[in-house]
Amino acid sequence: MQEFIEMGGYGAYVWSAFGLTFVVLAWNVHAARRHFNRARLQAKRRIQSQAGAGT
Amino acid sequence: MTKSGFLLQISRDLQVAIRRFGELLQPLFFFVIVCSLFPLALSPRPALLTEIAPGVIWVAALLATLLSMEGLFKTDFEDGSLEQLAVSPHPLPLLMLARVCAHWLMAGLPLVIVAPLIARMFFVPVDALAALMLSLLLGTPVLILLGTVGAALTVSLRRGGVLLSLLVLPLMVPVLVFGARAIDLAVQGAPVNGPLLLLASLLALAVSLVPFATAAAIRISLD
Amino acid sequence: MWTWFYKLASPPHFFRIAGMLTPWVMGVALSMITIGIFGGLVLAPADYQQGDGFRIIYVHVPAAWLSLFSYSLMAIAAGIGLVWRIKLAHAVAASCAVPGASFTFLALATGSIWGKPMWGTWWEWDARLTSELILLFLFLGYIALRNAFDDISKADRASAVLALVGIVNVPIIHYSVNWWNTLHQGATVTKLSAPSISTSMLWPLLVTAIGCTFYFAALVMQRTRGEILLRERRARWLELELN
Repeated sequence: MQEFIEMGGYGAYVWSAFGLTFVVLAWNVHAARRHFNRARLQAKRRIQSQAGAGT
Repeated sequence: MTKSGFLLQISRDLQVAIRRFGELLQPLFFFVIVCSLFPLALSPRPALLTEIAPGVIWVAALLATLLSMEGLFKTDFEDGSLEQLAVSPHPLPLLMLARVCAHWLMAGLPLVIVAPLIARMFFVPVDALAALMLSLLLGTPVLILLGTVGAALTVSLRRGGVLLSLLVLPLMVPVLVFGARAIDLAVQGAPVNGPLLLLASLLALAVSLVPFATAAAIRISLD
Repeated sequence: MWTWFYKLASPPHFFRIAGMLTPWVMGVALSMITIGIFGGLVLAPADYQQGDGFRIIYVHVPAAWLSLFSYSLMAIAAGIGLVWRIKLAHAVAASCAVPGASFTFLALATGSIWGKPMWGTWWEWDARLTSELILLFLFLGYIALRNAFDDISKADRASAVLALVGIVNVPIIHYSVNWWNTLHQGATVTKLSAPSISTSMLWPLLVTAIGCTFYFAALVMQRTRGEILLRERRARWLELELN
């Protein structure tokens, strides 16, 4: 286990590269979800204001 | 018919430009000033200056062209004459090419003419001056062509100046690489055919494709 | 076949189908990435030259592949949107930008981390890293131009022109940077690519790369659904969909 973490002396580099990748991938999932929710909210408001103007 | 439209456009653009002669000189001044800052910032050691001269001249030429691009369509956009251009019977890409030619005569050609002077201030050997002028002669039109796309895309935006540079600078990398390398080789006394031919092919590609992109961008901006 | 295709290209259908598919695609993507990374970190043997440091390629190469793939997809979608005036294509193009830029950033960052033990510096003007840097600038320019417009249809078309000019330039930039690099660096630097490839090293790389592509597809679908909502003006199906 210890050996696995040390990565033959390259541990700091390997783990920071993989960690950074993980962070960026996770952030992207979050950002895509936020983007969709915002668009949904906007669309909902637009529909409501249209319906309000229609009646 | 279309040919006369092309020439008409060039002469019109040139006439307008000559009326605003002071503005015309600004990019040229900019070029000269930026170049002369480098010896002051680094050191006036001839060996160093000769080594950095190709890069300095090309980066300064690139920035000077960029500086002249922002105003290219601005006034025409504001007074509506750009719209007139778009609805004229002549094909818009051709008119854009005419505009590029006129603009190069005013903003590109002066750089080509002044560059040898700057190069001598950087102790570039006289033998290398021909290659230097040739590289600028082939490269500055490409810079201006790429700049017109950026100018056309950002003309309807209120503050498009910085954005224009962001869009266009990365596209100008190949011209910079080949252009500076041509001068570099010439300074070393090596044959410069390679980079000059590459610059020429870039020019051919840009002349044949870019006017269409610019015309499309103009139509989008006018919407 | 074609009618199916046309149906998919209509925003409501795409919205629904993508909504159903996205979780599955994301699931496949994440499990493939996990398997690939496990294979790369644990099962693959250490490289005889680069030791365990070579394992960084399991994130670097997929990121570099996706940076190019996403720019190409963005330009193709933008071109289709511009020529045939298809809203959905513009929506796809707009969705590629942020994930694409992040993969480009990852390719740069992991390349630079790899460079520290291998080259001894964080940054080397290596041809591939320099190309990625310029690609990142292209992505950022695209995003900046898109954000500068208030009108979404104008933003779509203007950024489409930029993406098309960019995609023609990408190979030229790549070539010029390679050319510049070989001239300025006589000595060959150990390349940041899969070294003496053996099967036990290669399969995790392929699995991770395919997994990342699925991941990218899931993100694009999710974002495209959002972009459709921003562009849709006909309220009928939206009302049904949102309530």
